[in-house]
Amino acid sequence: MAKKQLVETTINGEPVEFLCEPRQSLLESLRDILGLTGSKEGCLTGDCGACTVLVDDRPVCSCLMLGVEARGKKITTVEGLAEGTKLHPLQQKFLEDASLQCGICTPGFLMSAKSLLDRNPNPTEAEIRYALAGNLCRCTGYDKIVRAVMDAAKVIQAR
Amino acid sequence: MPIVFIPSLLRKFTGGKESVVIPGRTVGEVVRNLDQQFPGFRDQVVENDDLKSSVAVSIDGDLAVGGLLEQVSESSEIHFVPAIGGG
Amino acid sequence: MDTPQTHQFKVIGTRPVRHDGLDKVIGRAKYGADYSFPGMLYGKVLRSPYAHARIKSINAEKALRLPGVKAVVTHDDFAPQTTAPVYRMGGEAAVNPLYLASNILAKDKVLYAGQGVAAVAATSPHIAEEALGLIEVEYEPLPIVLDVLDAMKPGAPIINTTIRRKERPDEETNIAGEFQFKRGDIEAGFKSADIIVEREFRTEMVHQGYIEPPNALGIFSGDGHATVYTSTQGPFDVRIMSATLLGLPEGSVKVVPAEIGGGFGAKLTVHIEPVALLLSKHAGGRPVKMVMTRTEMMRGATGPTSGSVLRVRMGATRDGKIVAAKCWFAYEAGAFPGSPVWLGCFTGLSPYNIDNFLVDGYDVLVNKPKTSSYRAPGATNAAFAVECVVDELAQRCGMDPLDFRIKNASREGTPSVMGPKFPRIGCVEVCEALKRSAHYQTPLAQVPGKYRGRGVAIGFWINGGMQSSAIVNVHADGTASLVTGSVDIGGSRASTAMVVAEVLGLRAEDVRPAVADTDSIGYTDGTGGSRVAFATGLAAYQAANDVVRQLKERAAKIWEISPEDVDWIDGKAVSKRNGVAPLTLKDLAPRLTRTGGPVTGRANVYATGVGPSFAGCLVDLEIDPDTAKVQVLRCTVVQDVGKAIHPSYVEGQMQGGTVQGLGWALNEEYVYDEKGNLRNASFLDYRMPTCLDLPMIDPVMVEVANPGHPLGVRGVGEVSIVPPPAAVANAVSAAVGTRITDLPISPPRLYRILAARHG
Repeated sequence: MAKKQLVETTINGEPVEFLCEPRQSLLESLRDILGLTGSKEGCLTGDCGACTVLVDDRPVCSCLMLGVEARGKKITTVEGLAEGTKLHPLQQKFLEDASLQCGICTPGFLMSAKSLLDRNPNPTEAEIRYALAGNLCRCTGYDKIVRAVMDAAKVIQAR
Repeated sequence: MPIVFIPSLLRKFTGGKESVVIPGRTVGEVVRNLDQQFPGFRDQVVENDDLKSSVAVSIDGDLAVGGLLEQVSESSEIHFVPAIGGG
Repeated sequence: MDTPQTHQFKVIGTRPVRHDGLDKVIGRAKYGADYSFPGMLYGKVLRSPYAHARIKSINAEKALRLPGVKAVVTHDDFAPQTTAPVYRMGGEAAVNPLYLASNILAKDKVLYAGQGVAAVAATSPHIAEEALGLIEVEYEPLPIVLDVLDAMKPGAPIINTTIRRKERPDEETNIAGEFQFKRGDIEAGFKSADIIVEREFRTEMVHQGYIEPPNALGIFSGDGHATVYTSTQGPFDVRIMSATLLGLPEGSVKVVPAEIGGGFGAKLTVHIEPVALLLSKHAGGRPVKMVMTRTEMMRGATGPTSGSVLRVRMGATRDGKIVAAKCWFAYEAGAFPGSPVWLGCFTGLSPYNIDNFLVDGYDVLVNKPKTSSYRAPGATNAAFAVECVVDELAQRCGMDPLDFRIKNASREGTPSVMGPKFPRIGCVEVCEALKRSAHYQTPLAQVPGKYRGRGVAIGFWINGGMQSSAIVNVHADGTASLVTGSVDIGGSRASTAMVVAEVLGLRAEDVRPAVADTDSIGYTDGTGGSRVAFATGLAAYQAANDVVRQLKERAAKIWEISPEDVDWIDGKAVSKRNGVAPLTLKDLAPRLTRTGGPVTGRANVYATGVGPSFAGCLVDLEIDPDTAKVQVLRCTVVQDVGKAIHPSYVEGQMQGGTVQGLGWALNEEYVYDEKGNLRNASFLDYRMPTCLDLPMIDPVMVEVANPGHPLGVRGVGEVSIVPPPAAVANAVSAAVGTRITDLPISPPRLYRILAARHG
């Protein structure tokens, strides 16, 4: 078994150091080493998006990235989406629009949607669906998720 | 007297009859009386003094939660139905 | 039975933010895989590469010597099991403990590729996986049978040599169950028909597709107690099943339900919970956490639902009256008995009032995973076949498909397929609402170069009642908490809290709902069967009324009158004598100490008065003739929801079930090779709908109050999955001019159909 490696990185705006084995994914590092269980495991093959985090503002399936690859990167997880107790408009709209049922896919959707709105503040329905196609949901049929993203975009625009 | 509707696969015990009028104040009594007229029927639906695990009883459209202990009225319609599972 | 409230609801019917929502959007909610304990080990299961084989030996020596490995277990480490079905081990159905244990860890034989054979606990999941590779299993492969019709033929490889058919006790067979529903005289019925349609349909095995893999964390204490943390739909089911498999008294096992990431029926049984406990027992009581991988899950550790062969023959007179129906259904049970074929037999014809019918159903063993419940189990397969034939009949009678259905619809008093007469139901209302919908009223425009079609179908589901327990606590600040045993998979925590709020005159946010473990609440059947809003809602309603009874006594004490002189109206204690201002719960709460102490309301129900549901699906689609890809252009779902307590979450159920049905229709199927290996055991190749595949799904709620419930509630969770496959098939049939009889209608299959038409 290879020795653990020290990883120095930034997570949700804070400098973080942790030890991990080279074979441990970023998802595993976040969940099992750092206790940040907000990012979820759905498939471990990058097909469902439940583990989506932002790496240098880019949405990435953290199950497809190694923990050691987080060195020197800026990682954002769902735990860093709100500002203290002030929810991000996406989080607020997901709640108001009833866009979650079991909620397991919600963290991944929030991160993908945040990345979309950061890049494209006024997306069409088609652009939203395209951007979120890598996130699977089995409970909602996506309707209320897409509506929440549209509603959140309006809130952000109005600022 | 209550009417008992006989499930299709058990009609061979009742000479092909789809329904039979049988006296009784509880499901258990009705089943015992049914068995008197049509010997062998009780063993198809009862085991260890309770309904068989694969069998449920519906009285006037409602599931008889008391099994053999469930009371029936003079005008009750009793159906034997397979026991249910959902998702 | 309490009479339905006739005044305007204040909370019921509104759309408050759900109480557990905040934790879920900030990543704080704890699902089963999020739990951790000191000293925790990780468990993994070794699974069979063969679809049918005798296990000659299992040698775990090398695995046990790997540093970090603490235990290895096999089937023989379970307590010995009876083979007789145990009643009430799975809600109202019966479960065979030997089959349950054998499905989890095989005894003597493996019956499907992916069946568990042994399990390992180690200090890291990676070491556990390495250890799996060191367990040596000697298999003797046996012939396999994968097709349901092949399995029914004489001479087929026999999967379970103890199974017998009632009429042929001396013959080994793969037919594990036979069901029949019969009424009238179908020979005479068909003779009187002017138009007869007969078709054979096929569906494939599909998976529930929940995003969260099954998980369990088992702790086996030295004092004979055991605790399981798990994402389950049925904590009390996990309790009895785990206790039985481990040979423990039921009460010694405490199940703590975590938040759950979808289940759709599959998580009403146990898959790895008993293994986690077993490993913990053999690892000195250390906690053992197990999380399945997606591949493991798909290969069948968690039971998909049955593929099926469905033969339907229906006859109608020229004026559109159905006079006879004959159905023959064979469903795959998988490796152990228990497909939902009898539910298909019951529900398929249920929307229609038919005097003459014969329905035969067969539960057939094949070398595939043991099937588990999937949202309205059995109904979707049957409705697919029946609704396609009904569509063809309507077409040949020259009638609008919804008018045809309305003409033949079951109504209150119609005898159901099983016999009992229907209570008040909404079949006609659903069809009429579909007809009135903007979608139906808008003709589908054709475009050059593409095939476009519109299809409609309806479906039925029985819904469940069963047992629930509820406790309501009143707090000194005038708020309350609700404790139930119903796991929340879709917003039911919110709706049950809203029922309590309505009765007590509180805002929804003033009632805090909690889901309790199996020691802390009375027996409660699992979350499924569309039963929570109905039965747990009923228990919550009654528990809240129990609080009201006590609050009236407290008010009476304060007013120095008799409790009979106190009414509870609109959330207030009102004196029947004049001159006293009413007291709300907020007024009374700080005075509980002086008037008798704490107030807690409770109720336990074995709910009857269940109201069945109907749903309809209308879909427009467009087919690309070059790729045979089907694009859903527009989709409307109509459902009789009884009384929508929280309309947003009811809409959510309608939309979610519809999309699962669309996936079932268009792309989802288990693809096996000739050796019985699942070829598409990942989300990449088991193709579920993404949001790019779909338009908005328009939910139309029809409210035909269920007279069996004080608030008129009907179960809403399941029925929406039933009609979409038939609606899609009818739309494709209309678009391409050929009747579709096989699911899924995926591009390769549709391409072949289109090519055959032209070539």
